[in-house]
Amino acid sequence: MGMKTDTYTKNETGLITTRVDAMINWARKNSLWPLPFGTACCAIEFMSVVSSPFDISRFGAELVRFSPRQADLLLVAGTINYKLAPVLKRIYDQMPEPKYVISMGACASSGGFYDNYATVQGIEQIVPVDVFIPGCPPRPEAILDALLKIQKLIDREPSPKRGVDRRHELAEKPGDE
Amino acid sequence: MANSEQQKHDSLAERVSARLGARVLETDRSYGDLVFVVEKAAVHEVLSYLKNDEKFDLLLDVAGVDCVKLPEYRERFELEYILYATGVDHRVRVRVPVPEFALDVPTATDLWRAANWAEREAHEMFGFVFTGHPCLKRLLTHQQFEGHPLRKDYPVMQGQWCATTSSLEEELEE
Repeated sequence: MGMKTDTYTKNETGLITTRVDAMINWARKNSLWPLPFGTACCAIEFMSVVSSPFDISRFGAELVRFSPRQADLLLVAGTINYKLAPVLKRIYDQMPEPKYVISMGACASSGGFYDNYATVQGIEQIVPVDVFIPGCPPRPEAILDALLKIQKLIDREPSPKRGVDRRHELAEKPGDE
Repeated sequence: MANSEQQKHDSLAERVSARLGARVLETDRSYGDLVFVVEKAAVHEVLSYLKNDEKFDLLLDVAGVDCVKLPEYRERFELEYILYATGVDHRVRVRVPVPEFALDVPTATDLWRAANWAEREAHEMFGFVFTGHPCLKRLLTHQQFEGHPLRKDYPVMQGQWCATTSSLEEELEE
């Protein structure tokens, strides 16, 4: 939860000094507002993540918004077909920067077993995805894991930037917990 | 129970053959349902008789069949209207052979409003053209989609790139 120890120093007066971008990133990563774009059973799984047994609010992301203008984390949960694809793109475009996308489950990530004329074979053809969650549907823990990965992404962000593929930044580096 | 179902089938088949005669090409039983095979030109007359005189007040579905891979068939396509009479708990099917190069079929939307979307689905999936339909557009697939995906000669895994959004105003005004 806390800021990384190397980003702030504590002195005898009880004050903490830090950098502004570290402070902003710390605030941002602990108050993500997700927009669940739920179209199938994955959305049911997301409901249990929000409820008390798993409790997404432990990570500060419990404020689920159904307006893209108030959200910064797009959670695509379910099958996306070609008729819905322009809608998804438009929802993504309406979200303010900085924004993050999680592709939840086999259908959103690859079309799943709907290898047919109507289904988009992975939403990365439409919107840039930061984290993919495998599973059909994924366990709630997997969603929390993806959320932690997004938090890690935000933590490493030097300044608000977007439109760059940053998935390589998620690769495990020496020194990670 | 099965006996009374049988009696319902028999009496309806009798009344239909007395009333419509040769317009019903064949009367068949299939999976417990009564099936009337009807020529395309007579389909509206048969449906309106079943709706108005026999009180089949519910149109459950309009299904299409591509017969091209069956061992034998009358015409390449078949339309199947599934009707239900809520008053007497009776289900019946009306089967219409449709030739590949004459896909026009009179609409049933004037009899049941439920036919609207069902016929639109049959239109996009098989290419039937329902003459007199108020809004014969694609229902489930994207408006830019080309071809008829439930035909046997459509490669089922072939997606199409469709990017524009469509306005639904025309449908709202119905």
